[in-house]
Amino acid sequence: MEQGRKSWTVGELAQAMGLETVVEGDSSREITGGYCGDLLSWVMGRAKEGDAWITVMGNVNAVAVAVLADAACILLAEDSPLDDEAKERALSQEVPVLRSGKDTFSLAVELGRLLGR
Amino acid sequence: MNIKLHYDVPGDDFTRAGEASGLVKRKLKQLGFEPDVVRRVAIAMYEGEINMVIHAGGGEADVEILPDRVTVVLTDHGPGIPDVEQAMQEGWSTAPDNVRSLGFGAGMGLPNIKKYSDTLEIDTKVGEGTALTMTILVKG
Ligand SMILES: Nc1ncnc2c1ncn2[C@@H]1O[C@H](COP(=O)(O)OP(=O)(O)O)[C@@H](O)[C@H]1O
Ligand SMILES: [Mg+2]
Repeated sequence: MEQGRKSWTVGELAQAMGLETVVEGDSSREITGGYCGDLLSWVMGRAKEGDAWITVMGNVNAVAVAVLADAACILLAEDSPLDDEAKERALSQEVPVLRSGKDTFSLAVELGRLLGR
Repeated sequence: MNIKLHYDVPGDDFTRAGEASGLVKRKLKQLGFEPDVVRRVAIAMYEGEINMVIHAGGGEADVEILPDRVTVVLTDHGPGIPDVEQAMQEGWSTAPDNVRSLGFGAGMGLPNIKKYSDTLEIDTKVGEGTALTMTILVKG
């Protein structure tokens, strides 16, 4: 897999990492970094615009946070569920939601390699 | 330009918290504000909205948009904050467990509001309620 590019679109990342696409959303969004965390205020205080946000939080508030903090996508770790309300919100707000059976650490390592960190 | 917006923030409804800040975000984007300004307003306002839902049984949001600043006033008739200095500390929280399991209650809300706004005023009285006034300046 091609590594060390500065940015990937959400669609490209999903393919490169073999992620399940739960909600396609705006898959052309550029990913320029990553952030890991499940405490929503922590994420709002620390995540940067364009981050792929790796979390186990699949509720409607997580989708709201992704929108407000301008995260490029939500990446659900460890096959965490996206509840129905959250899915609806993600669809209407075009927030890409991806999923993997891997844990947060493994996903962060892979993302970091792809981004050349 | 002088746009005034008003929203009711219903209590005990986490799914609807964030509606007002989401709408304000969209409005500011449409008006052509810098992404950084839009983001700071949206996050600060959302934290305030969530606080009204968790701690005060809901409230109201008034937003004033001017070319050089955005002011958000959040007013509730909840229990008030007995010790504001303590509440402003990172990690201090009285949020119940059911709120924590949703990912809130990290005690970072007020610190985030302070971080993302240029001025923050907290007017609170125990037993009467709380009013938060935050202003985000457009620099440049
Ligand atoms: N609108 C409010 N009404 C009453 N108490 C509040 C309000 N906003 C914040 N507080 C108090 O301040 C504390 C810290 O708030 P915050 O930093 O947002 O953290 P959190 O909401 O995660 O507990 C809260 O736990 C609560 O005790
Ligand atoms: Mg809070």
